[in-house]
Amino acid sequence: MKFRAKIVDAACLNHFTRVSNMIAKLAKTCTLRISPRHLNFILSDKVASGGVSMWCELEQENFFNEFQMEGVSAENNAIYLELTSENLSRALKTAQNARALKIKLTNKHFPCLTVSIELLSVSSSSRIVTHDIPIKVIPRKLWKDLQEPTVPDCDVSIYLPVLKTMKSVVERMKNISNHLIIEANRNGDLNLKIESELVCVTTHFKDLGNPPFASENASQDRNPARMAEVHVDIRKFLQFLSGQQVNPTKAICNIVRNKVVHFDLLHEDVSLQYFIPALS
Amino acid sequence: MKCLVTGGNVKVLGKAVHSLSRIGDELYLEPLEDGLSLRTVNSSRSAYACFLFAPLFFQLYQAATPGQDPLRCKILMKSFLSVFRSLVMLEKTVEKCCISLNGRSSLLVVQLHCKYGVRKTHNLSFQDCESLQAVFDPASCAHMLRAPAKVLGEAILPFPLALAEVTLGIGRGHRVILRSYQEEEADSTVKAMVTEMSIGAEDFQQLQAQEGVAITFCLKEFRGLLSFAESANLSLSIHFDAPGRPAIFTITDSLLDAHFVLATLSEPSLNSQDLRSPELCRQAPQLQAHSTCHLDDFANDDIDSYMIAMETTVGSEGSRTLPSISLSPGLQPHCNSGPQSEEEDEAEPSTVPGTPPPKKFRSLFFGSILAPAHSPQGPSPVLAEDSEGEG
Repeated sequence: MKFRAKIVDAACLNHFTRVSNMIAKLAKTCTLRISPRHLNFILSDKVASGGVSMWCELEQENFFNEFQMEGVSAENNAIYLELTSENLSRALKTAQNARALKIKLTNKHFPCLTVSIELLSVSSSSRIVTHDIPIKVIPRKLWKDLQEPTVPDCDVSIYLPVLKTMKSVVERMKNISNHLIIEANRNGDLNLKIESELVCVTTHFKDLGNPPFASENASQDRNPARMAEVHVDIRKFLQFLSGQQVNPTKAICNIVRNKVVHFDLLHEDVSLQYFIPALS
Repeated sequence: MKCLVTGGNVKVLGKAVHSLSRIGDELYLEPLEDGLSLRTVNSSRSAYACFLFAPLFFQLYQAATPGQDPLRCKILMKSFLSVFRSLVMLEKTVEKCCISLNGRSSLLVVQLHCKYGVRKTHNLSFQDCESLQAVFDPASCAHMLRAPAKVLGEAILPFPLALAEVTLGIGRGHRVILRSYQEEEADSTVKAMVTEMSIGAEDFQQLQAQEGVAITFCLKEFRGLLSFAESANLSLSIHFDAPGRPAIFTITDSLLDAHFVLATLSEPSLNSQDLRSPELCRQAPQLQAHSTCHLDDFANDDIDSYMIAMETTVGSEGSRTLPSISLSPGLQPHCNSGPQSEEEDEAEPSTVPGTPPPKKFRSLFFGSILAPAHSPQGPSPVLAEDSEGEG
């Protein structure tokens, strides 16, 4: 099992730092999957702790100038590691004006993902910062729990409004209720709703548009104005929104009635899928 | 005692109080012939700090009323700090600051003369005290390095604020290494991230230390002095010796000098020994190598170094036994006043691989000025004025 990679381009480095910051906001610990073409940040929470799952994928070619890896075996050419996502984001934060950044798998005192950064300094001398991020290697037999989630057949698929707007709305709703109802139809309407004994608050978003493919495989339901709704934990939804510092180039919300809500975001060349299960 | 500080020096004084407040809860103020001294020591007696402002620092400096003995006093750090709490306020509105110590009224009076004729008077009550004096001598330290505060400030930037201790050492090619110190806990499953900063010797104005030496000290106090030195744009010298001996951090200027004496971990930690391990040497390549060499160095890195058995838990025994180099005789602490036997006892268990020695800071620099022969054994908190009773 071997891995090492290098970034020298400042734009790539910033982009990678942004991704790691986003991951740190979304998940405390995550799984990093390294394969010859992709890097994935994976979260797959136990049902007991909320059941949120995440699948973030980036193509290594778009980030790394050098990328070498050798998986467990030729037929299972991948590496799965568990790490504290904040460690990675903290390590990358020190790389703000770096000349080069290298990531490799090492075994110093414990298995580590070593991030070493060559900093630019005023003098001609070089400064090197090295971060040894402790990791746990995930054995083969647990890989099956960490596969790319399949997107369920959804009832409604809709484009999301500006995430910042949603965030400020949901932040206020959180003070009133723990439960949020997300509902949408195939006419481009999305409602965020909270209900308590005293008050019912709904924020309506209109004319958001529906991705074209969704209307084709939409199930038997032929009435486009019919709402599909899902009850979720408002904190989980807010956590997802807080992780999005930059508005994505594409943001789609797929609702499976009373089962799950699935968010599909695209940030340039990073795709993020986020699943929040419905509350029963 | 009466002194008057004007202009930008008020902020310098304020900054000094801020860095002292990171260490102790009490401030010892002592007017001396060669300037006003502000000193403090922390509650565990493992850190001591002293600022001496030369008479030239002041517009007016009078150590004692003519015909009287100079007074000295001890005040609560909190109350003195509150006078200088807002550095922005000091800079923008305060024109001069007058400090006077009056024996008859038993008050330390700090007056801030602000813009528009506003005058703020703080009357602080104080206690009489003996002189607080730590015993240290930078000249007796074997190793020394000096660098602009900015360089050191940037060097500790990657370390999280929550980090308690840092190991400073000299690596291969005379590169200065700073590494986050982690307490080794045998059964801890959650390991913390280890961060290491490596700086070329050319960033230092002076560097007298052999490769392989290392000490571990508290970062918080160091940050305090460093932020003072950075704001004053001064250089900082670090004098140190074998692990366990205090490290002395100094700033010298024509108007003031500052000494921070910090205890260092007395065990030759696994961390510091690693400074000699080949792994680190790869990270800290030869000096003459220019920057591209680091990239090559990376390419040369043994990618095979990481091979682990997959389905089992990871054993790191092998790597742990490697760095168990016992201290060479040259590195043995040569104590003048410290308890020799204790040092040796502590050195022994560390040679047993995998047995982390207990972490221990000691306050050995509080030898008494009154009875230097009876320096406190171990970490008993004995101040100079108390030790008379011991002898």
